[in-house]
Amino acid sequence: MDFLNGLVALSNFVLIPAIAYGSQLALGALGVTLIYGILRFSNFAHGDTMAFGAMLAVLVTWLLQGMGISFGPLPTALLALPFAIVGTMALVLITDRMVYKFYRDQKAKPVILVIVSMGVMFIMNGLVRFVIGPNDQKFADGERFIISVREFKQMTGLREGLAIKTTQGLTVVVAVICVAALFWFLNRTRTGKSMRAYSDNEDLALLSGINPERVVMYTWMIVAALATIAGVLYGLDKTFKPFVYFQLLLPIFASAIVGGLGSPLGAIAGGFVIAFSEVTITYAWKKVLTYWMPEGLEPSGLVQLLSTDYKFAVSFVILIVVLLFKPTGIFKGKSV
Amino acid sequence: MSDTVKNSALFAIVAALIIGTGVIQSWNSALFILNMGLISAIMALGVNLQWGFAGLFNVGVMGFVALGGLAVVLTSMPPVGEAWAAGGTRVIFALLVGVGTIAVAILLNGRLKGRMRGLAMLAVLIAGFFLYRGLFDPAVKAIEAINPAATGNLGGLGLPVLFAWIIGGLLAAGAAWLIGKTALGLRSDYLAIATLGIAEIILAVLKNEDWLARGVKNVVGLPRPVPREIDLQNSETFVSNAQSLGLDPVVASTLYVKLGYSVLFTIVLVIILVMAQLALKSPWGRMMRAIRDNEVAAEAMGKNVTRRHLQIFVLGSAVCGIAGAMLTTLDGQLTPGTYNPLRFTFLVWVMVIVGGSGNNLGSVLGGFLIWFLWVQVEPLGLGLMQLITYGMAEDSALKAHLIDSAAHMRLLTMGVVLLLVLRFSPRGLIPEK
Repeated sequence: MDFLNGLVALSNFVLIPAIAYGSQLALGALGVTLIYGILRFSNFAHGDTMAFGAMLAVLVTWLLQGMGISFGPLPTALLALPFAIVGTMALVLITDRMVYKFYRDQKAKPVILVIVSMGVMFIMNGLVRFVIGPNDQKFADGERFIISVREFKQMTGLREGLAIKTTQGLTVVVAVICVAALFWFLNRTRTGKSMRAYSDNEDLALLSGINPERVVMYTWMIVAALATIAGVLYGLDKTFKPFVYFQLLLPIFASAIVGGLGSPLGAIAGGFVIAFSEVTITYAWKKVLTYWMPEGLEPSGLVQLLSTDYKFAVSFVILIVVLLFKPTGIFKGKSV
Repeated sequence: MSDTVKNSALFAIVAALIIGTGVIQSWNSALFILNMGLISAIMALGVNLQWGFAGLFNVGVMGFVALGGLAVVLTSMPPVGEAWAAGGTRVIFALLVGVGTIAVAILLNGRLKGRMRGLAMLAVLIAGFFLYRGLFDPAVKAIEAINPAATGNLGGLGLPVLFAWIIGGLLAAGAAWLIGKTALGLRSDYLAIATLGIAEIILAVLKNEDWLARGVKNVVGLPRPVPREIDLQNSETFVSNAQSLGLDPVVASTLYVKLGYSVLFTIVLVIILVMAQLALKSPWGRMMRAIRDNEVAAEAMGKNVTRRHLQIFVLGSAVCGIAGAMLTTLDGQLTPGTYNPLRFTFLVWVMVIVGGSGNNLGSVLGGFLIWFLWVQVEPLGLGLMQLITYGMAEDSALKAHLIDSAAHMRLLTMGVVLLLVLRFSPRGLIPEK
């Protein structure tokens, strides 16, 4: 019984949150890694692209709620998602036309593009704050829990409760669908194959008649979709706040680099590595250990390795360790 | 038009903007812009050392600036005797144990091979971590228990506050050395991510380690290198002097204090600028630019690229640390909650790029100009919004929203300025020669 109780507590406080967070990071890191693979620069504006997409979703959700439309037990934001994706695609395509294309045609050095993306980051950040303000916005509605603590306790008779939030379940389901669709697209369709070819060897791809502007356009559209979905899922699960998305940049980059920049599979693996380490290291293990340790050996302290405020330090340390010992990441990524 | 004339004209325009602020708004705001501009110029010089001279992409400026701020507290606040007695030496011992653990792990990494290496390092790190926490936690608890409302930290050394500027530079240099040692051998954008991360970590430490500088409880009332306004207002000679000049004593005292800061900051800026100019023109500066332009060729000529990069990374970060210490001195308080990467890292980058990367004078100009814009865009944005919404109904929700949002025009403007400069004048206002 004690073992089961411990397991439930572990799932409730560590496994489920980490899986949801990992899926969100993975979606974010996929966007970063695609940009890196195809446009060959680290996009500092990615966090703010996520914020912009999520903001559109929030606005459309409010509109739908105002019109009395809801999605039953699921959050209305899901209905708003397609609109938000289209809006974000438009924004990034316009940005690409007006800003990045010039430097691509010039064959500017990657670091110049990074600085340009800093400018884009400022503009998007300003835009989001301008439209929706810098404060928290709640837009989650529908059923709150798939399983609530009380239901679980009644069902199993265990002392520990297990709660799965709708948003957590939703995050995982949506992430799996997205990743499956992305891999199908990259591996099976002509456009996807040309994208991979372009990422592997630009000159060869150009020689075989692939239109680079088309590849770049599709990349931006996919990235916009991924960023919006990641942004909305994160916003539903936690809360929507523009500055938080900016801060997500670090764990997202860490995930992409740990997995191997340019490798989509690596981005997913990296996302989960970062999420699980962040959650396990900042979780107070006392409860679980009290169930699992033999009597008399229970810990007296909280057994929290690091306070939650240092979660950035966790992604950072993992990043440094990977960079020092395996600079191309877990799945061999690119190195420029 | 020769370069000298053009540059002088640019500086004259910025000076005119600041003086214009003084005439139209108030001399207090003009001096505020001047003081912050001086500090910004120093930060920009630091980033220019790294980016303009050596092509290093450091987006952790905020971290070094915050370390400079910490140095002010650690240097100039009086020590808290009771706290030291309660746990001061224990905390330091615990920190030494932590450093020792990492040193042993690095030593093992060099000495051992194969699977033994991984296992031994893991064992040392885990054992060291628990030992460290075992020593550290009770000591911190003891320190933070002492008078938490007023202190709750160890305090500082009680030295004059101007020393803090030097210590701030040294502290930032130390941190930069550690980061550079690990991250500089790697590719350029890895350094960017690593510095971005370290800045967040430094900030997390400042916010959470209450025993060090009270965390988010802030340290207020830092000692000042110039007299306090209230003392001036109570001094009879000052009041009579002010009145003989036809000034209100209260206004005169604030101006006097701000001018005092301006003089001090100008001295520091001039020293750093002269040093940076001499460095740029020296053989060392030429070598740096050669490395920046072609690392492989420089390496083939026998230059140790990694060492030189480390050197300039440390120097540039130290300059940012000095600026950070000056900033905290000007504020008179350390408030870790106010450090924001957009303001303290990316804005400095805008200054360097707009001013002209690789040119020290350009960075100084960029520092003043961008800071001026940063301050003035807000009232200008508000005016613009009032103009746009002029025809709207008084109670329109859109009007209220637009006017409220005017404050966020700043970021938008900075982004637009950066992109415009990058597109149409990528070498900045005063290009590198």
